[in-house]
Amino acid sequence: MTQSVVVQVGQCGNQIGCCFWDLALREHAAVNQKGIYDDAISSFFRNVDTRVVGDGGSISKGKISSLKARAVLIDMEEGVVNEILQGPLRDVFDSKQLITDISGSGNNWAVGHKIFGNLYREQILEKLRKSAEHCDCLQCFFIIHSMGGGTGSGLGTFLLKVLEDEFPEVYRFVTSIYPSSEDDVITSPYNSMLAMKELNEHADCVLPIDNQSLFDIISKIDSVVNSGKLGTTVKPKSVITSGAGAIKKQHKKPFDAMNNIVANLLLNLTSSARFEGSLNMDLNEISMNLVPFPQLHYLVSSLTPLYTLADVNIPPRRLDQMFSDAFSKDHQLIQADPRHSLYLACALMVRGNVQISDLRRNIERLKPTLQFVSWNQEGWKTSLCSVPPVGHSHSLLALANNTCVKPTFMELRERFMRLYKKKAHLHHYLHVEGMEESSFAEAVSSLSALIQEYNELDATKSMPVQDVPRLIVAV
Amino acid sequence: MSIVTVQLGQCGNQIGFEVFDSLFSDSHCSQGLCSKRENEAYQASCKERFFREEKNGIPIARAVLVDMEPKVINQTLSKAAQASRWKYGQHACFCQKQGSGNNWAYGYSMHGPRHEESIMNLIQKEVEKCDSLSGFFVIMSMAGGTGSGLGAFITQKLQDQYSNSLKMNQIIWPYGTGEVIVQNYNSILTLSHLYRSSDAFLIHENDVVHKICAKRMNIKQISFSNINQVLAHQLGSVFQPTYSSEGSFHYRRNPLGDLMEHLVPHPEFKMLGVRNIPQMSENSLAYSTFTWAGLLKHLRQMLISNAKMEEGINWQVRPPLSGLPPLGKMSVNKELHFNTSIANLVILRGKDVLSADVEAFKDPALYTSWLEPVDAFSVWKTQRAFNKYEKCAALVSNSQFLVKPLDMIVGKAWNMFASKAYIHQYTKFGIEEEDFLDSFTLLEQVVASYCNV
Repeated sequence: MTQSVVVQVGQCGNQIGCCFWDLALREHAAVNQKGIYDDAISSFFRNVDTRVVGDGGSISKGKISSLKARAVLIDMEEGVVNEILQGPLRDVFDSKQLITDISGSGNNWAVGHKIFGNLYREQILEKLRKSAEHCDCLQCFFIIHSMGGGTGSGLGTFLLKVLEDEFPEVYRFVTSIYPSSEDDVITSPYNSMLAMKELNEHADCVLPIDNQSLFDIISKIDSVVNSGKLGTTVKPKSVITSGAGAIKKQHKKPFDAMNNIVANLLLNLTSSARFEGSLNMDLNEISMNLVPFPQLHYLVSSLTPLYTLADVNIPPRRLDQMFSDAFSKDHQLIQADPRHSLYLACALMVRGNVQISDLRRNIERLKPTLQFVSWNQEGWKTSLCSVPPVGHSHSLLALANNTCVKPTFMELRERFMRLYKKKAHLHHYLHVEGMEESSFAEAVSSLSALIQEYNELDATKSMPVQDVPRLIVAV
Repeated sequence: MSIVTVQLGQCGNQIGFEVFDSLFSDSHCSQGLCSKRENEAYQASCKERFFREEKNGIPIARAVLVDMEPKVINQTLSKAAQASRWKYGQHACFCQKQGSGNNWAYGYSMHGPRHEESIMNLIQKEVEKCDSLSGFFVIMSMAGGTGSGLGAFITQKLQDQYSNSLKMNQIIWPYGTGEVIVQNYNSILTLSHLYRSSDAFLIHENDVVHKICAKRMNIKQISFSNINQVLAHQLGSVFQPTYSSEGSFHYRRNPLGDLMEHLVPHPEFKMLGVRNIPQMSENSLAYSTFTWAGLLKHLRQMLISNAKMEEGINWQVRPPLSGLPPLGKMSVNKELHFNTSIANLVILRGKDVLSADVEAFKDPALYTSWLEPVDAFSVWKTQRAFNKYEKCAALVSNSQFLVKPLDMIVGKAWNMFASKAYIHQYTKFGIEEEDFLDSFTLLEQVVASYCNV
């Protein structure tokens, strides 16, 4: 069994991370009734005897004493991290896992990446090494950040290079929140563009997410719940409306519900690696199967049924509906329509009481409605995990390597060009040592090259599938 | 003589458990339709072959469990412990933490050499506990990383270290529509390597077994457990004890050797398929009776029309009439009509088995011209019923059964290879494009050879 370390950077990254740890604890508490520290829990948590001062307190087996998250929390402002440390999750984090500063990055990628990057490089390395040492077999770093700001975007992507150099064998999975079109940070296109270059070059796998899609999903769930349709009731211990059952106190901001979705994404992504099932899927299999060419490592995700993202008691729908929904554009976590674009590869990760025949039946049913690239007509990767998400009987996470990410990138480039042509706000960046106009030019060309790859693939969409002539052997 | 089983990867370990469980249940079944003494002899023979005795009487499977991550082995061990009718050896497992990531290259080039010594030691220990070793079963899937890559590596090492013993790989052929996206790459690399180091492969197709579960067993929500149990039944019907010759009362000592001798006359032709009849759910068993004539007629037609199961058999297919020129070279593109065999083995178990008439299987028209039917066909008959089936028949065939599936996998892998997709994942661990090309060449050769039979 392997371990993963979560590195949460910036305000967005830390808020999502916080939701994640909350849900992870809840999930393991529900599954692990006997309170024994087992392999599954150890993937994200250490077991520590808090009476022991210093480093020697790790307990590898036996009863759970005190769980500590395998996390590194980084923020160049103190507000969010302090809130976490004073909140109900404070015991899950170690003060030694934090890196904070006071002034913030001012929504400036260059400040986050160049200034804070250099300033905190050693500290970051030290914390990462420590967290790696605590792992028996470290398999993956999960980085959570937003693209539009300064810290998450700049420092978050600075980290990637550090991780690549220091831990070349360990996977880097990045969950990136892309700015929506009505983003209120003026410089977000610059920040996102500069960050994209780093993601292109140093991430193994990126799960792009945008706030608009999360918001739409929350609205959809709310409308179903509030309409009282089909006897839906909000569960008494709902994460959405009450704090009981989850440790965190609930706030009325939509961001919490939105962050919960991303937290669920990470939980479901790792469920088949942590828990048993008849067809397991480890994290190294995600990269292996879904990344046919190193640059094309952006995966569009969808989580169904929607009600598993909230604690609502909807009478179980037809299982097959869950599969259909996974491919609809309304259920994707970015603004994308995979059905009308080209699939390079698709993974279906099922949890709960679903068997291979259910999976196969749905693949057969949905295949004709989807377009796969000619060399990967049966590009499906599937997994079955026996443990369902808390309070539900089954769920599905679909990961698609699909050209439908292209519009997001093209829009990003457009918004960037609008600003860049006027050189608006550029001086804030160029003031920073190490930043030059060429940094921007390189970032644009990196993104353009990526878009071009997707264009070339899209061009093959309507072409008839032709088999490549086979080798002829003498008999 | 004993068979040591090496269970590799998730698939290998999940299936291995069902196989041992099925063998054990059958050997302890009271409905053997034979005398008590006969039953005891059967039990003893099965035990010698697949189990060894422990001091407290609970039999221990002659198996080594290997996986590169711990979840499945833990589950397998606890399942056996829970049932507590038989168990695995205490130190019979080798486990790592990280898995092979569905990467054949990782399984073969990284895990293989790294863990060769430990795994071969475990196998050696198990071998030493056999009075006399018949050979090895290696249970593995082709689609993943450990079963396929590490499986290919271990088979090679078995070839080196135990060159006098036989190796039969039980290969699980994945569903045509993805379990794993790179399954075609993993499959061609596996098959090409095994072709050089294994003695024979017995191939089990997931699609086929799935259909059997759906259509014949009437299982509504089919799980991998169901599939594995059907597979285990098929294997059991072949490898449970059989009499050494017609009318004799001793159980065959070396089934692996005898089977290989009959079925693999030429190293170019190593792919064996298995069919069995009847296939039905346990509930329906009690209400059914069969005649040997009926069963054998169906089985023969399944053979020549390449039917995968007892239903939907194409009765139009006929062997070429003798005296007429042989049918032209089989083309994979055309609808495959007549399935030519190189060699066949029919195994019959149950009531009145001695009266079963297998003459129809000896028709020379069924076979390629380079073996006399008397050499190409064998039958093993055993009175003792298997798994509560009053009569059951199994066919192990070295024929054109697997040409089409093989050709399909090679075709898909070739299309993907032409685009170079995923190749970087393999070159990262030392499997280069030339290795792929070698595999393609070898397998195209195999396809062509089987087509020209």
